[in-house]
Amino acid sequence: MQFTFFHLMPYRPLDMVERHKHRAAWVVLPNSLYDPKKGADEYQSYIDQLVYAEKLGFDVIAVNEHHQTAYGLMPAPNLIAANLIARTEKVKIAIVGRALPLVNNPVNIAEEFAMLDNLSKGRIITGFVRGIGNEYHATGINPYWSHERFQEAHDLIVQAWAKPGPFAFEGEHFNNRYVNLWPRPYQTPHPPIWIPSMGSSETIKWAADPSRKYPFLVTFSGRELVARYLNLYREQAKQFGYECAADQLGWASPVYVADTDERAKEEARAGIESLFNDFLAVPFQMLLPPGYTSLPSMKSTMRMRKQLGAQKRHSLEELMESGTVVVGSPKTVRDELSALRDKTGANKLVTMLQFGVLPDDLAKRNSELFASEVMPHLR
Amino acid sequence: MSAITTHKVRDVTVRMRRGGSGDPLLFLHGANGLPAWLPVFDLLSQHFEVLVPEHPGFGGSDNPPWMRNIGDLAMYYLDFIEAFHYPVHLVGQSLGGWAAAELAVRNCTRLKSLSLLAPAGIRIKGLLPGDNFIWGPEESVRNLYHDQSIADRLLAMPVSDEDADLALTSRYAATKFGWEPRWFNPSLERWLHRIKVRTTIVWGKNDQLFPVEYAKRWGDGIPGSRVEIVPDCGHVPAVEKPDVTAKAIIRQYAETR
Repeated sequence: MQFTFFHLMPYRPLDMVERHKHRAAWVVLPNSLYDPKKGADEYQSYIDQLVYAEKLGFDVIAVNEHHQTAYGLMPAPNLIAANLIARTEKVKIAIVGRALPLVNNPVNIAEEFAMLDNLSKGRIITGFVRGIGNEYHATGINPYWSHERFQEAHDLIVQAWAKPGPFAFEGEHFNNRYVNLWPRPYQTPHPPIWIPSMGSSETIKWAADPSRKYPFLVTFSGRELVARYLNLYREQAKQFGYECAADQLGWASPVYVADTDERAKEEARAGIESLFNDFLAVPFQMLLPPGYTSLPSMKSTMRMRKQLGAQKRHSLEELMESGTVVVGSPKTVRDELSALRDKTGANKLVTMLQFGVLPDDLAKRNSELFASEVMPHLR
Repeated sequence: MSAITTHKVRDVTVRMRRGGSGDPLLFLHGANGLPAWLPVFDLLSQHFEVLVPEHPGFGGSDNPPWMRNIGDLAMYYLDFIEAFHYPVHLVGQSLGGWAAAELAVRNCTRLKSLSLLAPAGIRIKGLLPGDNFIWGPEESVRNLYHDQSIADRLLAMPVSDEDADLALTSRYAATKFGWEPRWFNPSLERWLHRIKVRTTIVWGKNDQLFPVEYAKRWGDGIPGSRVEIVPDCGHVPAVEKPDVTAKAIIRQYAETR
């Protein structure tokens, strides 16, 4: 398996009482709750954790993009990536991903990734996403065009990387008279592109297309959903007439390892529960603004919601039960992860070993234990 | 009394409710679509043949892929009214008022009168509209009405899966037209003087979506227009104050005869 150490960079000093006076830790949460002195320390801790992951033997270290939120302090993840390039030697650096529909000139994304690829001499992995629905509130971009803008921006970026310039790009949303990257990317024809997703069928079909074959990562979902979506991808590849490679499939999950199951639960609880209930939880109309998902899938989501009723807090036990998080002794974690690997044939595991309010010392021990007690057994 | 029909203009078929007899009155609904024949239509249908289409993309109407912005919607309705033998009395609520104004600045020759009910479409800096995309489902209903008993009644009504699907379809379409820039066209206000037809602007004094100050700005922009502020009324005068709304439209109609 290929192991990725992924970070969201949450703002841990958040006053949770104040947080719950607002709709979400996104968009409308007053930024007077952000203390720059504490925030600067957070960046330092988190970058140290990512750098240390190379020493621990991870194949990839990874960051991503979110806007106007305490959930993740990386509105510009490429800035972090540039810093990581300077502080690491061999490890791959993944930006999974940039939210393509949110920009008005995707050439900027192509340029920045090309720069990072040159600076790192080809250690960059890129990720293309549409952003969480909240991001359409944060940026003002119309979610109705989210899919269209994503696909068009993707085409523009990949052409900018691989097609000799200058050329003109003529789209519905993006029109560029001159596309002519200086620098071109270091890797040929371009850096790898991963597609992290909550698993929409449109995205699966698009990523599995023979012209793309992009690795597909199911993010923060229960084991049933991970298996279902990865099998959907595999089936889709078959329909396209090819057998999908293990490296095309992966999933992302918060993981916590300690000596015993009991200790792991005790230590992980606050971090996990804050991640899902305080940082991530948002009202439905923010998470899924109209157009963010296709109308048919939104119709079925609405019916499911009607049956489920009001949202309540997620407990650690419930999240473990569904396999959304993996928490336990080295053996428990090994068994859980290898079972899902064997069930799906996926070769990419993206772990989040610091999550929510989990403090530095526990994040460090968790990362070390995962690297020494779990990783070697799954390789 | 009303009937549900379909109406085809060029390649687009829309669902349309119609009732009454007299001069044609075309009512353009707001962002939530229009799943029902409203009491205000019964009042109007004593004087008019009332035509209430669902906009392309809303409810049970076609959603042509070329319909991409409010200008397309306005041009569509210009085609629509040219298919009638007589000029129409045009009434638009909120998003529909925006479309009606966009139509009128382009071409008023087929209009007998224009009534704008709390129209979207322009922006006054410093007077932000409410954010009806971030409001929750209950909040959205409550914030539209001054009289909360109307909201209570609406919220207590059971919603079938089919109705929920139609509402969602309409919400998608409204998002397309109104998300960004939020509920306005930066160019529209500059051209309001092009509206050369008798115009009435009706606004609820307690509108929480578009503040009532917008009414004066519309009035100033459209030469010779009349502004009517409705007390104890939220964003939807046609629902909350059907008598006052119908009276304003009918009075203007009488003046055109």
